[in-house]
Amino acid sequence: MRFVFKTSYDADISLFKHRAQAVWYGLLLLLVLATPLYFVLIGDAYLLGEITGMLILAIAGMALMLLTGHTGLPSLGHATFMAFGCYLNINLLGAGLPWLIAFPLSGLIAGALGTMIALPVLRLHGVYLALATLAMSILTSDFVVIAEPWTGGIAGAAVPDINIFGIEINRYSTPYKFYYLVLAVAILMVWFYRNLLRTPTGRSFTAIRDSEISARAMGINLTRAKATSFFLSATTAGLAGALFGHSAGYVTNETFDLVMSITLLLMIVIGGLGFIHGAFFGAIVVGIIPVAIANGRTFLSTTFDVNINVPGLESALFAFILVCFILFEPMGLYGRWLKIRTYFELFPFYRKDMFKRQKSYLKTDRVQ
Amino acid sequence: MDFLQLILSGLANGCVYGLIALGFVLIYKATEAVNFAQGDFMMLGAFVCIGFTNHEYMGLNFWLAVPLSILVMGALGYLFNWGILRHMFGQSQTSIVILTIAMGFIIRFLAGAIWSHEPTSLEIPFAGQEVRSGGLVLGIDEVLIVVVTAFLTLAFFLFFSRTRIGLAMQAASQNQLAAYYMGIPVRRVHSLVWGLSGMTAAVAGILFASKGAIDPSTGLLGIKAFAAAAIGGFGSLPGALLGGLIIGLVEPLASRYGPPGVSQIAPYAILLLVLIFRPGGIFSQTQRKKV
Repeated sequence: MRFVFKTSYDADISLFKHRAQAVWYGLLLLLVLATPLYFVLIGDAYLLGEITGMLILAIAGMALMLLTGHTGLPSLGHATFMAFGCYLNINLLGAGLPWLIAFPLSGLIAGALGTMIALPVLRLHGVYLALATLAMSILTSDFVVIAEPWTGGIAGAAVPDINIFGIEINRYSTPYKFYYLVLAVAILMVWFYRNLLRTPTGRSFTAIRDSEISARAMGINLTRAKATSFFLSATTAGLAGALFGHSAGYVTNETFDLVMSITLLLMIVIGGLGFIHGAFFGAIVVGIIPVAIANGRTFLSTTFDVNINVPGLESALFAFILVCFILFEPMGLYGRWLKIRTYFELFPFYRKDMFKRQKSYLKTDRVQ
Repeated sequence: MDFLQLILSGLANGCVYGLIALGFVLIYKATEAVNFAQGDFMMLGAFVCIGFTNHEYMGLNFWLAVPLSILVMGALGYLFNWGILRHMFGQSQTSIVILTIAMGFIIRFLAGAIWSHEPTSLEIPFAGQEVRSGGLVLGIDEVLIVVVTAFLTLAFFLFFSRTRIGLAMQAASQNQLAAYYMGIPVRRVHSLVWGLSGMTAAVAGILFASKGAIDPSTGLLGIKAFAAAAIGGFGSLPGALLGGLIIGLVEPLASRYGPPGVSQIAPYAILLLVLIFRPGGIFSQTQRKKV
């Protein structure tokens, strides 16, 4: 059991609640910094590439988490913003800009474009917003084909290598450098996100999520706060898309499709809606499932001579896990961990309904 | 003549979209849940009927298989609500949206595993017959679709305005708590609405499969039906049909007279325009709470 005594007002919003937490996160940082060492020792960097992929997914997940988990706006179209970021990055690099300028710029332009598209639909909420973003996501592939001079259309476009002050970074030839680059972006994002949640802007997002009506009553400009959230989210998604492009090496009109948008949404729900950790946990699950299925298949075919080859098994298994989570653990993986931790922290005093959220039954409660 | 022909075949397509949207709106109106798996329900209904009718499966008589598959889908809808969605009662709409999307993935997978991913079409006794009138050639399946949709619309109208259970559904959709106070078993009413929507999906699926081949990914057609529902205005039954018809008509006309690629974009472009300029849809029913 731990007692945290708050001795100053800043303690309420400090980055770490107590010293032990800071130590744990420091250890985690050391671990992720040292991970490539293991792959250097075994001399095979294939799995490191997978881990880098998970980190990129986690950045995209954070983008969606800010919008859906913290502002309460469901989006089924985040792959579109990733596509913006990816193609902008390719074109800016092609125009001769250095990567250190092209990369953030592509994120910012993606954010601005995303906000411009989203402004008219921001007045909508809930289902309508989900539908509008769904339509946007479906149209993405068509628009990539239409904008062929910039995107390469169906034939696709190759993503140039990263060059930072003469250091060439490529996913295949220099996997370690690429890992550290993505890691740096991810850590910067987490740091930014964590700080955002401590500012009035971040607090207003959470207020909107919990109740639009009371947020308005407290003087929050709904449209402005939602647009800000959309901008930040689309920018982050754009950055994730640019990194995704570097990781894929080649992108076509089918890279950023509806399935990707939906996967992102399912991912953050499995990880835990409303927690930064959730984006990372979700990305790990999404990264592990295909590997687990492939391994399970080889295991079954070698030991029992059973061949399971059903298309769509991955997404179905993923969906099944998701249904179980929504029914039995709506707070996701991180929520489960939080409950276990709280149980031990408060040892004899944990109550079953401690994390229960208030339910709303009346239609009048939900009209917003 | 060419134009009329296009309009008529668009009408038949639009009726299928309208029927899917109808099942979708039924659920939304009564339970405020948004069933993103409605298109997959339609696909499943079609495959259940194929499983009953086609000779390589059970080979039953078509006229026996149709009511049977409608019943099966009704039961599935009822059980889906009873087993899964009822436990979500009172949780946020977003999680219900995500849940139904996930259910759609599972249904698509199951249908693919049971009936294979090959496009299959329903063996109907009147395949290939045509109705000719004044230079127009119409497949009997297209005529059937329009007639069945019109009939179903009338039946729904009478059901909701004349029967006790229909009125109970309306009451439950307007105010759940007040409906409880009036002695309406709201939970069972919800399950019944899901059953009803499953039946509608089965009808839409059977009509669709009698018109052309169907495969598990056809369920994604549901997305067009959502567009239809949103264009017509969520929570409005005539709106759903009208939205379906608009989309059904726009598609063939755009592909005939517009530049290439427009026909795929058109439905969603209309959806975005409607959402921007008239967010509640054509038959708007949204309410605002003033602070």
